[in-house]
Amino acid sequence: MATRTFKVWRGDKDGGEFKEYSVEVQPGMVVLDGIHRIQAEHSSDLAVRWNCKAGKCGSCSMEINGKPRLGCMTRLNSLPEGTVTVQPLKTFPLIKDLVTDVSWNFEQNKRIPPVKLKPRDADGNYRMMQEDIDRVQEFRKCIECFLCQDVCHVLRDHHKHDHFVGPRFMIRLAQLEMHPLDTVDRVPAMRKEFGSGWCNITRCCTEVCPEHIQITDNGIIPMKERVVDRYYDPIAWFLKKVFGGSKA
Amino acid sequence: MGAPDVSELQTFEHDVLVIGAGGAGLRAAIEASGRGMNTGLVCKSLLGKAHTVMAEGGMAAALGFTDARDNWKVHFRDTMRGGKFLNQWRMAELHAKEAPQRVKELEEWGAVFDRTDKGLIHQRNFGGHRYPRLAHVGDRTGLELIRTLQDHGVHQGIQVHMECTVLDLLKDGDRVVGALGYWRETGRFVLFKAKAVVLASGGVGKAWRVTSNSWEYTGDGLAMAYLAGAELMDLEFTQFHPTGMVWPPSVRGTLVTEGVRGDGGILKNSEGKRFMFGYIPERFAAETADTEEEANRWLKGDKAARRPPELLTRDVVARAINREVKDGRGSPHGGVFLDIASRLPAEQIKRKLPSMYHQFKELAEVDITTDPMEVGPTLHYHMGGIKVDHDSQMTTVPGLFAAGECAAGLHGANRLGGNSLSDLIVFGKRAGEYASEYAKENGAGKVNDDQVVACLRRATDFLNREEGPNPFVVQENLQAIMNDHVGIIREGAELSAGLEKLAEWKQEAEKAKAHSASQYNAGWHTALDLRNLAIAAESITRAALMREESRGAHTRSDFEGEQEEWGKYNIFVWRGDDGEMKIERRERPEPPKGLKEIGYAKIEDLESGKVGADVE
Repeated sequence: MATRTFKVWRGDKDGGEFKEYSVEVQPGMVVLDGIHRIQAEHSSDLAVRWNCKAGKCGSCSMEINGKPRLGCMTRLNSLPEGTVTVQPLKTFPLIKDLVTDVSWNFEQNKRIPPVKLKPRDADGNYRMMQEDIDRVQEFRKCIECFLCQDVCHVLRDHHKHDHFVGPRFMIRLAQLEMHPLDTVDRVPAMRKEFGSGWCNITRCCTEVCPEHIQITDNGIIPMKERVVDRYYDPIAWFLKKVFGGSKA
Repeated sequence: MGAPDVSELQTFEHDVLVIGAGGAGLRAAIEASGRGMNTGLVCKSLLGKAHTVMAEGGMAAALGFTDARDNWKVHFRDTMRGGKFLNQWRMAELHAKEAPQRVKELEEWGAVFDRTDKGLIHQRNFGGHRYPRLAHVGDRTGLELIRTLQDHGVHQGIQVHMECTVLDLLKDGDRVVGALGYWRETGRFVLFKAKAVVLASGGVGKAWRVTSNSWEYTGDGLAMAYLAGAELMDLEFTQFHPTGMVWPPSVRGTLVTEGVRGDGGILKNSEGKRFMFGYIPERFAAETADTEEEANRWLKGDKAARRPPELLTRDVVARAINREVKDGRGSPHGGVFLDIASRLPAEQIKRKLPSMYHQFKELAEVDITTDPMEVGPTLHYHMGGIKVDHDSQMTTVPGLFAAGECAAGLHGANRLGGNSLSDLIVFGKRAGEYASEYAKENGAGKVNDDQVVACLRRATDFLNREEGPNPFVVQENLQAIMNDHVGIIREGAELSAGLEKLAEWKQEAEKAKAHSASQYNAGWHTALDLRNLAIAAESITRAALMREESRGAHTRSDFEGEQEEWGKYNIFVWRGDDGEMKIERRERPEPPKGLKEIGYAKIEDLESGKVGADVE
């Protein structure tokens, strides 16, 4: 049976190091299987999050050979030969080994004003046409793996957690804003509290999305456009300059 | 380690404590909070990751949007027939009646279901449902359900305790008054005092090797309720979903949605034969197509045609696949072929079944728009669980409620696909409602410090002992026993041998050793779950041995077919005063006349109003 070397980050907030483990390879094996073999054969206290093991829950986010990916959806035979390097998400504080503190994301979600629909039709039902919700459903595919948050350089390199909610919550906002029956206006908050201006459209988030959601093109850019239309309309700007005004 | 001081434990006080944050737990918490209760919600994982997220096909509710002939009576009848009439009649009634309003409520909270051409919720066909009945979002309906409840729930003032595992329920006399748990992150213990507790902790799939369930499914609720004195029921009915992935080994057991068959997918053996036509049970013969021609007409929407046999109930399809494989007509990796490629254009497959497309493409390197899938049975769901009151969801222990998969009664001997998600929201809501009532009426109880200390000792023993087996290996050993002895086809001597092995295994499990400290220690977490797995596995095996017939999901090779006599009984398990596991069969009460008539009615008579017209 062939074996593969896994180089896995072991440690906590006070420090740590990579440790190497040799794992027997079976056909179709994914990186998360390798981590489980390490737990069973070498180190039962190795910390990792996982649940569904089918790319549906978004728990086993990790950085594999330097790239943010789901451990359960990364087949070993899709990686270049040689050592597999596994480390925790860099953007969030480390708890232990491959587990990071992602609670900041849950706090962001709580800040977003929830859906508030128009009244039901007279027969007690809501009506929406499929073509009007295709885009909304695309965003609702999000499994909250937070890989997009991890790779977003506004968060990862510039640590602007206090200014920008990150791609995951930009598409949450977009999904609410594009809901055909929703009545809440989130555009002002999108500009101020949620910091849509911080994204400069490098599309790194879209590249890592395991659900292949077009985060940037379908979600963030249209939201930026809504903000621009509202606040940076050149005619309104001109009129304001000439006649004064206090709007926005 | 000296005796821990209970007064120094981190403590939360809630009116209602909900344990488990899948669909049922979230719905219960939303209800309790909405009724003014200080509500705590404990999740073993992060919020939104519970097993509900994996449900694919949809949630069953007789909305009548896709086919106006549907109504609660037909849904009720389908559920009873699917459960081989061992369901609790009242629960099946409440479920069928209340599911539509619960689904509509989800829309209000932000769920965005697929639509009909009139803009209403589109409903899909599924096994055992007479009409297209499953509200769905492609093949990721569970995600839609949990995210909707999560996004709504976080604005309802619920206190969410994430990555917290509950170890035991705490009692004051007969009554449950709280729970002791630990934070996975730090390994520190936490005490929850509560006036009422709702268990919504799911099933016990992790006792088997081939399962669609995640690590969380270790029977925690079942075991904790059992230890707190609650009765368990119908445990022998373990659902093997007919279509799990079989290859590669890494994903063996991972779910392939029934939606594939609902959308026209067919099952074939190695000879290319559509074998399900050979497995139509008598009870369903009158409503099932007996030629491919008729089945294809049904798929095209011919209302006079009968349903294809691939959409028979899960127990029937799983047994048929098992038989084909045993008789040497299986696929290369020990399954059968599920073909959607020859049935739908590639673009439609990708649109209707996107997550199946990706799952096979990425994990098995199979393109389901051109090639068939290889599938076989996988342990998926438990019909049995904690016995609850039909209306209130209270267990036989005062102050303790249960909802969702960990509770028993709605599904009887076999659950219909799509009835699980609707179960969660119907009975999750009811559990939240009645737990709130109980909390208001009864106030706070008193936690017994000795019980807390004993519980802490048991937990820390795994860390403190010098040596012992690796908990992951111990768990794998249990999975081997259950796969070999309590599988899809059971036999008396094998079950008895399984019980002996379980007794030996239990000794091993108690000696497991967790290495290093308690901070996010996966080995320790696994060691702590072993007790729950042991109680669940033993009770399931005992119940399977007792039921000497084949009914629904419980199949005995030594007792073939349904026995009329056994249709009168449910099997109950509880912990005796001597600490030993007790088991007995109890006679089922006579159902209300009107419901009985609907349940056993011919479909024509029900639809014409000849039967059931006077039942409201």
